[in-house]
Amino acid sequence: MNLDRETLWLFGGMIAILTVASVIGAILRRRVTSDSGKKVVDNLVARTRAWWLMCAVFGTALAIGRLAPVLMFAFTSFLALREFITLTPTRLGDHRALFWAFFIILPLHYWTLAAQWYGLFVVLIPVYAFLFIPIRVAIAGETERFLERTAKIQWGLMVCVYFTSYAPALLMLKIPGFSAGNPAQNAKLLFFLVFVTQISDVMQYVWGKLCGKRPVAPKVSPNKTLEGFVGGGLSATLLGACLWWSTPFTFLQAAGLSAVIVAMGFCGGLVMSAIKRDRGVKDYGESIPGHGGVMDRIDSLCFAAPVFFHLVRKFFC
Amino acid sequence: MIASVIAFLARLFTGARAHWRGCAPGARQRIYFANHTSNLDFVLLWSSFPPEMRRQTRPIAAHDYWTGSSLRRWMAAKVFRAVLIERKKVTRENNPIGSMLAALSEGSSLILFPEGTRCPNGEMTDFKPGLYHLAKECPNVELVPVFIDNLNRVLPKGEVFPVPILCSVTFGEPLVLLPDEPKASFIARARDAVLKLRPA
Repeated sequence: MNLDRETLWLFGGMIAILTVASVIGAILRRRVTSDSGKKVVDNLVARTRAWWLMCAVFGTALAIGRLAPVLMFAFTSFLALREFITLTPTRLGDHRALFWAFFIILPLHYWTLAAQWYGLFVVLIPVYAFLFIPIRVAIAGETERFLERTAKIQWGLMVCVYFTSYAPALLMLKIPGFSAGNPAQNAKLLFFLVFVTQISDVMQYVWGKLCGKRPVAPKVSPNKTLEGFVGGGLSATLLGACLWWSTPFTFLQAAGLSAVIVAMGFCGGLVMSAIKRDRGVKDYGESIPGHGGVMDRIDSLCFAAPVFFHLVRKFFC
Repeated sequence: MIASVIAFLARLFTGARAHWRGCAPGARQRIYFANHTSNLDFVLLWSSFPPEMRRQTRPIAAHDYWTGSSLRRWMAAKVFRAVLIERKKVTRENNPIGSMLAALSEGSSLILFPEGTRCPNGEMTDFKPGLYHLAKECPNVELVPVFIDNLNRVLPKGEVFPVPILCSVTFGEPLVLLPDEPKASFIARARDAVLKLRPA
C-alpha cells in the first residue's frame, strides 16, 4: 500500500468533485423538462456514474502501487487497440501481424516498464515493431493496399500502446528531492497527469455546453468550441496548478506543465476525432456508458503523456 | 459451469454486445438463423443469451468438424449439446432435417446457419433450403434472423489463433412463412432479413 497524507488528500478531493457532480446531476434531473435537455442530463448522469467507476479503478491501482498501475494501463491499451483495429478495415493477410501486435508486442512493451528497462521501452515499438509488422504482413503475401494496412497497425500500436504507456512510465522516473529515494512518490505525478487531462476534457465540455458558440474545427469535431477550449483550458490549468504541493513542481511550473498537457490533450482529441470522422462513426465503442469507448476517454491522455514525460525527464531529473 | 466460463470468455474477448432489435429474449421456442463467418459463430451467439436460454438452445453443427478430436466431441456433446449433422454423405437415415425436427420436438430452440459453410471473405452466400422445411413442419416455432458482425475477423477460416476484435450480435423481427409461399421466395426473404440487420 502506498497511501501517504498527500495521496489521501488527492483521493478526498477526487471524491468531493465526483459528489458535487452527482448532486448537480440529481438537481438538473429534477429541473430540466424539455426533451433535448433531458437527453443531455441523462448523458451527464451516465458520464458521472462512469467517472465514479473509473476513478475507483484508477485510485485502487495507485493505492496498491508497484505493478498495479502498469497492469491497469496495459489492459487499457489492450481495450483501446481492440477498438482502433475494429474500426480500421483489416484483411486476412493482416491476421498474424495483428496477433503479434495484441499478444506479443503489447505485453512485451509493458514488460519493459515493469522491468524498468528504459532503453528498450523507448525503441521497442517505434523501431522494432515498426520493422516487424510490415515484414510479417509481407510474408503473409497479400499486397493490396500494403502501405495503408501496415500503417494502420503501426498507428494503432503507437497511439494505443506506446503513447498511452508514457503515463505509467512516469513511475520509473527518479526525481531528486521527490522520488529519488522513494519511487512510490511518482504515483502522485501520474495522478497529476491523468487528473489534468481528464478535468480539462470535463471543463471543456462544461464550458462548451454553457457558452460555446464558435466551433474550432466544425468538420472534425463539431462539439469543440473556442469558448470551451479557452474557458476549459484555463480552468484546468488553474486546477492543475493548485496540485503543485503533491508534485515536484512550483505553482508556476505546475501551471505551465498543465497548460502543455491541456494543449496536447486538445490536439489529441482533435486527431482521434478526425480518424472517427473518416471512418464515419461517432464513438470508438460503447464500453463506457455516456463516454463512448475507451479510446474516446484516453485520446487526450495519449497525446499529452509522452510530452509531459519527456519534459519532466529533461528538466526535473 | 464450464458453459458459463466459455460464454464469459467469448464475450470478454470479443466485447460482444447483443442488440435485441426485433424481439426480446424469452423462453419461447425459436430457431435462430444467422450468417456464418467463423467456427466461433454459434459460441458467440449462444453466449449472448441469458443462462436459462442457453440451456434450452441447441446449435446445429457439422458432424465432421465437431467429432474431429475428443475435446471437440466432448464440448459438442456436453457443453453445447449440439445437434450434429452430416454435411458430406447425406442419406435418408442421417438426413439433417430429421435430426433438427427431432430436437425441436423435444422442445429445444435451435441455432442454425443456413449458408452451411463459411465464405473466406466474410460475405454471405446463398441459403440452403432447410429452413423452409423446418418452417413448414413447425409453424409454431418463431424464426428469428440474427446478424453476427465482425467475427470473421476474429478467427478467419484457416487460422488457429483468434485476434480480439469487437463484435456484435443483432436479433431481428421473427419471420413468418406465408401461406402457399414458394420455397425460393421464402429462402430469399430469410436471407434479406439477416442482411438487413448488418450494422451500417
